[in-house]
Amino acid sequence: MYREAALNKFEPEKRNILYILHELQDLNPQHYVAKEDIEAVADYLNVPYSFVHGVATFYTMFSLTPRGRHIIRLCDSPPCHLMGSTSTLDHIRNKLGIEVGQTTPDGAFTLELASCLGVCGIAPAIMINEEMFGKLTPERLDAILDERRNSI
Amino acid sequence: MKTIKVGLGTCGVSAGGEKTYEAIKDEIEKQNIQVMLRETGCNGMCYREPLMEVIDEQNHAFVYGEVTPEKAKRIMTEHILAGKPVSEWIVQSGVPSEDDSFFKKQNRIVLRNCGIIDPNSIDEYIAAGGYQAIQKVLREYTPEDVIDVITRSGLRGRGGGGFLSGVKWKFCRQAEGRKKYIICNADEGDPGAFMDRSTLESDPHSVLEGMMICAYAIGAEDGYIYCRAEYPKAVQRLKDSIRRALGKGFLGKNIFGSNVNFSIKIKEGAGAFVCGEETALIASIEGKRGMPRFRPPFPANKGLWGKPTNINNVETFANVAWIIMNGPEAFAAMGTENSKGTKVFALSGKVARGGLAEVPMGITINEIVYDIGGGIKDGKKFKAVQMGGPSGGSIPASMGDLQIDYQQINKTGAIMGSGGLVVMDETTCMVDMAKFFLRFTQDESCGKCTFCRIGTKRMLEILERITDGNGREGDVELLRDLASQIRNNTICGLGQTAPNPVLTTLKYFPEEYEAHIRDKKCPAHSCSALVTYAIKADACKGCMACAKACPAEAIKGEKKKPHEIDPEKCVKCGKCFETCKFGAVIKD
Repeated sequence: MYREAALNKFEPEKRNILYILHELQDLNPQHYVAKEDIEAVADYLNVPYSFVHGVATFYTMFSLTPRGRHIIRLCDSPPCHLMGSTSTLDHIRNKLGIEVGQTTPDGAFTLELASCLGVCGIAPAIMINEEMFGKLTPERLDAILDERRNSI
Repeated sequence: MKTIKVGLGTCGVSAGGEKTYEAIKDEIEKQNIQVMLRETGCNGMCYREPLMEVIDEQNHAFVYGEVTPEKAKRIMTEHILAGKPVSEWIVQSGVPSEDDSFFKKQNRIVLRNCGIIDPNSIDEYIAAGGYQAIQKVLREYTPEDVIDVITRSGLRGRGGGGFLSGVKWKFCRQAEGRKKYIICNADEGDPGAFMDRSTLESDPHSVLEGMMICAYAIGAEDGYIYCRAEYPKAVQRLKDSIRRALGKGFLGKNIFGSNVNFSIKIKEGAGAFVCGEETALIASIEGKRGMPRFRPPFPANKGLWGKPTNINNVETFANVAWIIMNGPEAFAAMGTENSKGTKVFALSGKVARGGLAEVPMGITINEIVYDIGGGIKDGKKFKAVQMGGPSGGSIPASMGDLQIDYQQINKTGAIMGSGGLVVMDETTCMVDMAKFFLRFTQDESCGKCTFCRIGTKRMLEILERITDGNGREGDVELLRDLASQIRNNTICGLGQTAPNPVLTTLKYFPEEYEAHIRDKKCPAHSCSALVTYAIKADACKGCMACAKACPAEAIKGEKKKPHEIDPEKCVKCGKCFETCKFGAVIKD
């Protein structure tokens, strides 16, 4: 089972909890931290379930609900807002037919907001999985999303 | 042989730098060109990404901006093969160009190697004078000497606090206990600040060297770098750089053949702005929810796992090796009486040239916005600049001659913070901007202190109703009251400074709040609920373009006759305003 192998990569110490949660979320086919993951971490670190749940829900990058293959994180920071991120968000919502926090029915995309992606010089920006895209226009967005939809 | 460098920091990659790199590589292979192709970080010109630099046999450098794969191919043929630079795309060379003013007032210490060396090569960092300072320190300095040098340089923490670094190091050095830690805070999260990301991506070894020197001064054998997970490229660079430094014996046991041991571990965050606060950061490294605690005790006495701990941010550490090599006097010779050295500023928003610029302290806001930033985009008017991110405040354009140093900025109600400068023009509504910054802190409040958790929420609701046109008499007083309660009843910097954007906009732009609340008008025509659209009959040519663009079918009118907007149907999307070529649609 992948879960056990993932846990065994780390010493069973509380300080490793973020590494472990990142690892389990990355390995989960639906890119989220499942209830079973939290239970397994709690057992492995010998801490209460509530402790692990508390940590997992504190950090915005952990999701406790299943997500799509491509996680779009739109920068919702004030500099991006100045440069038109509201219309970028509208464009993505209309194109994909989903609201923030939702996943497309084909499981291709999940739409999330990020508080700041740290690329303010090329705002407005989004991050898809670990890739950053800036200076977004509707045309550029369409090209990026169309390319991603078909890739796994 | 010529050398080609392509900027592949996150800014470069997100603007398409990798495709440019691939196109150049293809050309080299296809035409069997004798040229050296290398990767580099970011030189600060985010607004010109992707960047490609050609260094010819005479060592002349030509930087090309906005290089698409197609442009790269032409540069390969004309410049690399035929030796004729493509002058229209050059943004920096020996020949004067309009972009020269971006660099003219800069003085690069932290960014000394950024965009110049290959961050994947430890040898290039060494060739650029890297790892000399730590060896000098190990050979010639006692830990107290190092602390004395850093204190005399006047270096202050660049993360926001602005505390004298040498004094901080001394506290930790003198703290009781054998086991001590140092931490590099790379959890940069202020909206508008991205200098730490760029430094880590472009010159990671300068940060590692600064940490080594600090560890020696304090007597720590273990260091941590806490880096936000939103910066995967920086995390990867750090991991690779630590491995390379270990391989050369620069980290680990007996570094550089001395009797000093020092190792560095990387901790990735998981998306929590508050973890940039030092006690929250420590809690996060320990594996807990990243919530701040009351100080004292300060981390210098009781930090990571209860041991004395020194925390500095990326930019602070990146200054250290330079100060050792050039002497504290050279550093202190720059800047103002209270703020020495240089500071990296991140320019974003409505400025013509967004990017990173490192300038001596004491430069004025106008010099940064106009001389370096090239003024405001699209010829609009400069209105204000937000300094210090969500903890800072808006400084109006009328104070543009203000010299930037810690004291001067604090007097305005803003803070230096990490050096983010978000530039706003005449179309920016200050109430809306304050709302956005407050929404950020509201979202990122950890929830520990009631006034931060609930007080910011109530303030945000008031700002929302003001920008929606439902503001009430007394709202301004209520905002001020809540602001003072939040400031006085929270334990960490996030809560204490959260009201600053609201307080500064109230101070410098009170008439905008008044207009929203009393007249139900947004002077910047930005708050959609308060804007009305109409068509000027004498300017309308009756071209029907606006009627076609209107998604609500709110525009009526025959061809070649003036059109009219039905205010009942209008959804205030502004499409007609954008579409009209004759300036006949007016916003009020």
